[in-house]
Amino acid sequence: MQEPVKTPGLSSTDKERLSQAGIDLEMKNRCGSYLQMDQDMVHAACDESGIEVLPYKKAIEKYSWLQDYAWKAVSPDKDDITKYVAAQEDPRGYVIIAHKGSKNVLPIQTCLFLGRDKIQHAHNIIIAEEGAELHIISGCASGSHVGKGGAHYGISEFYIKKDAKISFTMIHYWGEDIEVQPRSASIVEENGVFLSNYVCMQPVKKIQMYPTATLTGANSLARFSSIVISLPGSHMDLGSRAILEAPGASAELITRAITKGGTIISRGHIRGNVAGTRGHLECKGLILKDGIIYAIPEIEGSVVGTELSHEAAVGKLAKDEIEYLMARGLDEDEATATIIRGFLDVKISGLPEALQRQIDASIDVAEKSGF
Amino acid sequence: MLQIKNLSVNVGDKEVLHDINLTIGGGETHVLMGPNGSGKTTLLMTIMGFSSYVITKGQILFKGEDVTAMHAHERAQRGVGMMFQRPPTISGLKLGKMLTAISKTKEENIPELAKIVHMDRFLERDINKGFSGGEIKRSEVLQLMIQNPDFVMLDEPESGVDLENISLIGRNIGGLLEKDKHIVDRKKSGLVITHTGYILDYIDADKGHVMCDGEVKCHGNPREILKEIQQRGYKECLECRSQ
Repeated sequence: MQEPVKTPGLSSTDKERLSQAGIDLEMKNRCGSYLQMDQDMVHAACDESGIEVLPYKKAIEKYSWLQDYAWKAVSPDKDDITKYVAAQEDPRGYVIIAHKGSKNVLPIQTCLFLGRDKIQHAHNIIIAEEGAELHIISGCASGSHVGKGGAHYGISEFYIKKDAKISFTMIHYWGEDIEVQPRSASIVEENGVFLSNYVCMQPVKKIQMYPTATLTGANSLARFSSIVISLPGSHMDLGSRAILEAPGASAELITRAITKGGTIISRGHIRGNVAGTRGHLECKGLILKDGIIYAIPEIEGSVVGTELSHEAAVGKLAKDEIEYLMARGLDEDEATATIIRGFLDVKISGLPEALQRQIDASIDVAEKSGF
Repeated sequence: MLQIKNLSVNVGDKEVLHDINLTIGGGETHVLMGPNGSGKTTLLMTIMGFSSYVITKGQILFKGEDVTAMHAHERAQRGVGMMFQRPPTISGLKLGKMLTAISKTKEENIPELAKIVHMDRFLERDINKGFSGGEIKRSEVLQLMIQNPDFVMLDEPESGVDLENISLIGRNIGGLLEKDKHIVDRKKSGLVITHTGYILDYIDADKGHVMCDGEVKCHGNPREILKEIQQRGYKECLECRSQ
């Protein structure tokens, strides 16, 4: 078992926030860890054979071939955020490499914690080489202070080689004064599998992200799942995109969105470029209090033989469903919470049980505070 | 167990039930018949406490307590239970999770109970999503088995159900109504809506009522009433009884 992660100066409140973002500082159920507080790398280690967790700079020095991966999935000129991160002379972030045939049973955790700094930046590269299987939980959080403000710019590039698999479960626990703008993209080769899960149940000032998976290999698969609650003052512009470029490639984009007063823009785009590809996009939204859910599903087929579909629905809790549960003895609040819990209950095929439990735990916390 | 006094009910702006009087004693099972649209389901939904059914006059007493103004969950907690004819589909909510929520601190073995009504394979399915007629009824019976109400209302338990499932559902409804106990030991009561009467083979009903145009117009032996309706239709039955 690994040594616990040392976090000098971190308050017990902030440790709790990290815990609720899925970070296990005791390292009881993790095989590796990367922790960055503001711009300081605090911890980077992994004891799983064949898997390395390295700070970005150290990794680039160690493996010159990483130059073939850095800024290849995400363009440094994409927008102001990527330009800002690409311009850093002292780049931060992490590199995780699952070498050929390796596999982790316990997940690796990565944590980007925003405390004092105005802007936190990170550039991450995650590679699963041929036949490797890599499971990562990424807990991003800010300190419990409110009113100071801050921004997180994170670039993540994923490379899933032939017959490899990456699951990346990201749980956000920001504050209502924090702006978050991740930019990420993945390239999935033959028979590769990429599972990307995103959970945000806590207040945030602004999130904007639109990760893209390009499926270049035959029979590759990408599945994006997002579960979000938007509270008053939160503006969440979320989306995911899949580009299907090889026969047998498929993608599934699933979102469950609830607003309790905040704004959610739920984007989704699947493009089928070759025959024999399939994609499905599903966005379901619940408006519990005044707020906005703006679903923008796009499916784009450019060839005979690509099968794409989408399903989007935004509504309120149905009275007959609540009263049905009340007729079984649950009071109105219990009935409402039970239905919302079911609405958010997205089981992700292929995700290790420990990570599914972590997602469920995040929803539990939201449920206990009355959604 | 249940006493309904001079009950009138509106749905929207329209009065659907007019001046209903009905008493069901402890251990008794009553059957409610009547043509489509006569108000039978409205009566059950009103007794259960659904908010769209507005009581404009009268009283509902349950175990001697006035429950007229109570919400559905308060009535359920006091022992009123209902099998719905067309329950809603709840997307995402698994049947097993719902049963756990219903059971609260009770210690029922949900998988074992589910096996009895052949619903063990459905515990991870969204409630009623893609369920057949028989599966919906079995799910309803399972929920009632866990809820274990003292007064059970059944809205057409045999509709949309094949003969094999009727037998399974009927036997378990019989269990809910303690039909396996000697008549003097029965405490549970029921009110059952039926068109076909198939369910009568399992519930040993004590009294029958016919509802027409929002009124209960005749009472009697349930099998005799059913026979009369089957032979002469509702029109003649009601004319005969109103004489």
